[in-house]
Amino acid sequence: MQALFTYGFLQRAVLAGMLIAVACAVLGLFLVLRRDAMIGHGLAHIAFSGVALGLFLHILPLAAALAVAVAAAVAVMAIKDKAGLHGDTAIGIFSSLGLAVGVLLASLGRSFNVELMAYLFGDILAIEPVEVWLTLVLAAAVLVTVRVNYARLLYMTFDRESARAAGVPVGRLDTLLMVLTAVTIVLGMKVAGILLVAALIVIPAAAGLQIARSFRSAVWASVAVAVGSVAGGLGLSLALNIPASAAIVVLCFIAFAAFSLGKRGGGIRPGPK
Amino acid sequence: MDIVVLRGVSFAYDGSPVLSDIDLSIKEGDFLAIIGPNGSGKTTLVKVILGLLQPSAGRVELFGKPPGDFADHGKIGYVPQKATHIDPFFPASVEEVVGMALLAGGPARGPSGKGTRDRVLRALETVGMADFGRWPIGRLSGGQQQRIFIARALVTSPRILFLDEPTTGVDAENQTAFYDLLDRLNRREGLTIVLITHDIGIVNKHVTSVACLNQRLAYHGSHAEFCRSEVFRDMVSRGDHLVSHEH
Repeated sequence: MQALFTYGFLQRAVLAGMLIAVACAVLGLFLVLRRDAMIGHGLAHIAFSGVALGLFLHILPLAAALAVAVAAAVAVMAIKDKAGLHGDTAIGIFSSLGLAVGVLLASLGRSFNVELMAYLFGDILAIEPVEVWLTLVLAAAVLVTVRVNYARLLYMTFDRESARAAGVPVGRLDTLLMVLTAVTIVLGMKVAGILLVAALIVIPAAAGLQIARSFRSAVWASVAVAVGSVAGGLGLSLALNIPASAAIVVLCFIAFAAFSLGKRGGGIRPGPK
Repeated sequence: MDIVVLRGVSFAYDGSPVLSDIDLSIKEGDFLAIIGPNGSGKTTLVKVILGLLQPSAGRVELFGKPPGDFADHGKIGYVPQKATHIDPFFPASVEEVVGMALLAGGPARGPSGKGTRDRVLRALETVGMADFGRWPIGRLSGGQQQRIFIARALVTSPRILFLDEPTTGVDAENQTAFYDLLDRLNRREGLTIVLITHDIGIVNKHVTSVACLNQRLAYHGSHAEFCRSEVFRDMVSRGDHLVSHEH
């Protein structure tokens, strides 16, 4: 724990983790309300092939994963529209393909090693300096983009048809939301790992929705759960020498359970459409 | 002045015709009821006018422009069929719901500015819901929610308001209050209203004109002439989901 206060690099890593947590919570709220919660899981699998590609070609795995995940996000939207598939079907096709290509590349490059494991299960304290800066810049860019489009995203999430009639470019914003999610998932890989990063998208949002009486309060509650869980998980990891990703996800779930059990007439969810 | 003009408009879903050769003009200040049985193309017609669907043939003009070129969306208020589009458990306050329409067109940053909030509160006052701004939308009754959606449609100070079956699920007492509100907006404030309904009876005392649709436009003219028309007598005799009310 002493190291956290001693080394600037560690502080930057923790800051990057916090920014990712905020981005995951905010995007997660839109995705959960759109019933697109599993997109995070699918994009994480797709990002796995990018990591494997980076290791295979000896380029920065985070950059390769970013390129693959963003390209897949755009492709999913295009295929969904052209083939008339539901979003979960399109993401199911690409996530399976991503995982298969990742396993093939890792096998061919003989890169099933410690580095790949760090991406599968997350290890933010092993983050490279260049990855810290990339994460800080991209996470900030995701949050600014969401802020600029906040009202339009909210409108189309609540009432897609009225939003279209009001001139909101819902098709372009769908793609933007997918790309932002892809970027955030890739950045979140170092925090929670490919296998658990989707939890950072889904659980804080689901927890926030348990107690929210407005969208604004749902955003703040979700962000508080995500940031608190990341901070707590990293602290527990350093103090008890346990995997940070698992600790973060368990803390997220504890917050969700506490909010679910503790709400008394507050909150509106869950409920059928 | 004609706000909406349709000339020879047709539309088909996967080759099945829904609208055929529709000619229709909506004048400023009209209170038009679009009536017809289920599946007659009423909702499709409004979606074509709004540019949400592209016609397979014909020409549509909204304020003198094709819907695709029309950019001043604040002039239009739209309340779609509630039951099929709204998640009643969505975590949005009433103020947030109304503010969405105001912020969606511009450099949308969020419902926090004072000017925005003032306009939201004025729209809520218009529909008699000023005291409910902080309430979650899901906690309101069906009739109250409909008033909120009207407020959202009115917050941009539109010149034409489209309502698609707005009283579905609303009890009789609230329906009367709701139509009185529309009446006031039309007569006192000059708002053009286009109302889709299959219940011509309830709107008998409010509308100024009627468009009777069943894939083709069977009738378009004044309400008074409609009540004397053969189309109306045929519909009443068939009981095509129409309810005749004496006023």
